[in-house]
Amino acid sequence: MKSTFKSLLAGVAAAAVLGTATPTFAGEFDGVTINILTRPGPVIAGRLVDRGKEFTEMTGAEIRVNEVPFAEIFQKLLTDWATGTNSIDVGVFASGWAVELVDGGLVENLDPYIAKDDKIDIDDIAPYFREFNQKIGGNTYLITVDGDFQMLYYRRDILEKIGMEPPKDWDDYMKVAEAMNGMDMNGDGEADYGSCIFKKRNAQSYFAIGSIAAGFTQTKGTGEGLWFDPETMKPKMNNAGWAEAFRIYKETGKYGPTDELNQDIGDTRALVQAGRCGLVIDWGDIGPLSIDESGAAIRDKMGAVIMPGSRKVLNPATGELQQCDSELCPHATDGVNHAPYAAFGGWAGAVNAKSDQKVKEASYAFLSYMNQAEQSNVDVTLGWTGYNPYRNSQLNDTSKWIEAGFSPEFADNYLGAIKDSLNHPNMASDVRIPGAQQYTGVVLDRELARFLAGEITAEQALTNIEAGWEEITEDFGRDTQQQMYKLSLGITN
Amino acid sequence: MTSTTGRVVNSQPGYLPADNSQPPSRRFRFNEWLDGHARQLFITPAVVMILIFSIFPLVASLIIAFSRVRLKAGGYQVRFVGFQNFSKQIFGSEQFHFLGTFTSLTFLGWAVALSATGAILWWMFRYITTGFSVVGFIGRLITALVILGISWMFAATFFSGNPFGTLGVTLFYVFIGCAIQFIIGLALAFLCSQPIRGRNFFRVVFFIPMMITPIGVGYLFRMMADTTKGPFSPAWQWFGLNDFAWAANPWTARLFIIIGDSWQWIPFIFIILLAAFENIPRDYVEAGQVDGASNWQIFREISWPQVMPVAVTVMLIRVIEGFKIVDLPNIMTSGGPGIATESMSLHSLFAWRSLDLGQSAAIAYLLLFVTVVICVSFFNLIVVNRMRRI
Repeated sequence: MKSTFKSLLAGVAAAAVLGTATPTFAGEFDGVTINILTRPGPVIAGRLVDRGKEFTEMTGAEIRVNEVPFAEIFQKLLTDWATGTNSIDVGVFASGWAVELVDGGLVENLDPYIAKDDKIDIDDIAPYFREFNQKIGGNTYLITVDGDFQMLYYRRDILEKIGMEPPKDWDDYMKVAEAMNGMDMNGDGEADYGSCIFKKRNAQSYFAIGSIAAGFTQTKGTGEGLWFDPETMKPKMNNAGWAEAFRIYKETGKYGPTDELNQDIGDTRALVQAGRCGLVIDWGDIGPLSIDESGAAIRDKMGAVIMPGSRKVLNPATGELQQCDSELCPHATDGVNHAPYAAFGGWAGAVNAKSDQKVKEASYAFLSYMNQAEQSNVDVTLGWTGYNPYRNSQLNDTSKWIEAGFSPEFADNYLGAIKDSLNHPNMASDVRIPGAQQYTGVVLDRELARFLAGEITAEQALTNIEAGWEEITEDFGRDTQQQMYKLSLGITN
Repeated sequence: MTSTTGRVVNSQPGYLPADNSQPPSRRFRFNEWLDGHARQLFITPAVVMILIFSIFPLVASLIIAFSRVRLKAGGYQVRFVGFQNFSKQIFGSEQFHFLGTFTSLTFLGWAVALSATGAILWWMFRYITTGFSVVGFIGRLITALVILGISWMFAATFFSGNPFGTLGVTLFYVFIGCAIQFIIGLALAFLCSQPIRGRNFFRVVFFIPMMITPIGVGYLFRMMADTTKGPFSPAWQWFGLNDFAWAANPWTARLFIIIGDSWQWIPFIFIILLAAFENIPRDYVEAGQVDGASNWQIFREISWPQVMPVAVTVMLIRVIEGFKIVDLPNIMTSGGPGIATESMSLHSLFAWRSLDLGQSAAIAYLLLFVTVVICVSFFNLIVVNRMRRI
């Protein structure tokens, strides 16, 4: 009798949890407040606020979005969760940062919630974001709200005018940039720029250098790893491939704005929208921004293509750059090795493992609501949201994009460039191990800035980076870091 | 006061009841105790506040400066590492960042280093041979070592064509910035203390920049200095400077930060020195005028000696503030190009942002050490001597 009663009780409890996992009726989360921490709006935060209001109407849960400067999101979140303050229930941040939080047991495993959620349609999320971005060690800890890949954008009208093709490698890039530089591209009578790539310190320059270096140094597929040797955890930086990437990055400045060294992504996007840039490296945002009101100068004039690659790549055996062949570059196209870099990985939401159960359920339900195709398929078409496509339905169906204002031709071109990157077997993964910010955001960023400023040579910068990274690896523990790095590349042995 | 029994009693604390046969009441004893401990009780809230908000964080950050701190589930993991965080900055992999890049000294570098060493040795020798005390010697020795270290640092970097680190950048902001601010602030205060037309208007105008938050000043100057799309871009272009990128050159970037910093802090020096000038008795000035002294002579012989104690105090406050400069380089250049405009506070902030709390605290303590040595030396060795001569 007792055991029957227990089973009945367990059944009722399970049914209750199952019932609360998917919010389907009004007032389900009455009295629940969800505190979210993310970057300042309107980009990323703005849409959380808007969708939060809808969610409140639907379920009764109040959504509070707390905005802090980009550079402080991670340490604020880690401090809040690790010290037990727990004033934040949901963090929306770079998916790569979650490894350290998960390592500390601070993030809720969302697999049980997903299992009971019949609206999220998890299989519609593109495999890279579903299996790499959202998962750590095989479990889902994050819900994607934005998919990030860096791509090359070009002014289609100007390229046609000068009779050139979109660049396939960095030599092409320089030739096109040189040809476009000084042309008046927006009809204001002023000379404009052949190339716009942000180079400010403490901003996004370390993502741009990753995109350039990947084509020179990663050839054998994602599992090869762009940043470290997965077998020794030694940095793969101090070599001819990275030195060439540093040289190219600096050289692009010859065709860019004079104050490019002090420009971050906001500054370059403003120039792009003003029609002043011929070529630009950016995430998926340029597509929707080109149909925005403030992008009238470039409306239906942009084209997108996979990041340029290289015909010469690093031969790890000799340490020198060598012409691509089928053995050295098995994934090359027309002799060009491409390695599209999943820079940043995209903004994703994680739930605090120490929040109350009801709050955790409401938090998951809100992230699921943001992620569901009905909402996200609209959000990714709006430039100001900062959200880029990450679902198959967003990448394969152009109707929403055309509805938003894309021309059919540009919708095909833009989504094609993303799919080329996303499905590439040599896609380069971001640093997704503890201390990721110290490796890239501090050491790499600082040495790159010193090189760009002319303080040191590329070789000195790379030697310093190698030494700095080794210190961080030793500090966190080489074995742990190696294990995490392998996992981030999908290597499970 | 009359009691219910008709007896007159004095209920003020400190007065015993008239009837000594009865033991004093509990309330009376409490009042007595309060009276006896009034000073301690009044000062206790202030002491507690200082302990909580100043001393405890200072001690905690000192512990962190000697540790590696890692945030883990349930709190912190602190590992004692001795002087590792400090040695990394001074001798280790962060030396180029904190002190600068040392390669070899040029002829000019050697000349500066040896001259500075000679001057400091001569100064110490003179002190030992003319008047000697143990405390004075220790104080001068610390000052001498710090100045010697800084001289060699600049000799090996600035005077040898190498980039200097965040210590050099901070000292540049402090000494060059504060000197500019003092000279302009002093001149404006002297002018506004004269009977000129519209001086009340100028007083208000000169004071406005100080009311703006440093972050606001940072953005303001970043916009104003933007040659391509800022509000002053037509003016820049008119001067043919539309291709001029101030933020791409270390010296122009530092200069623009000093201009922004000066714009904000000149009013602070101005307003205090103005009060000092206006407090000089008119009789002194008039006596000088009657004796036929020129304006410059009146300033040098009458006004300056009167305002000097205030000027010294205001400079001391300004120098201490100057060492902590962080907002302007953070907003205007993010420490770039390279690390050319990164101050020690910004260096510490960047370390803190990457959760390297040990390094962050170590840099903060190095900053505290340099600030204390320079400010105390400035006051004891320069100001006190000058004051004695007046």
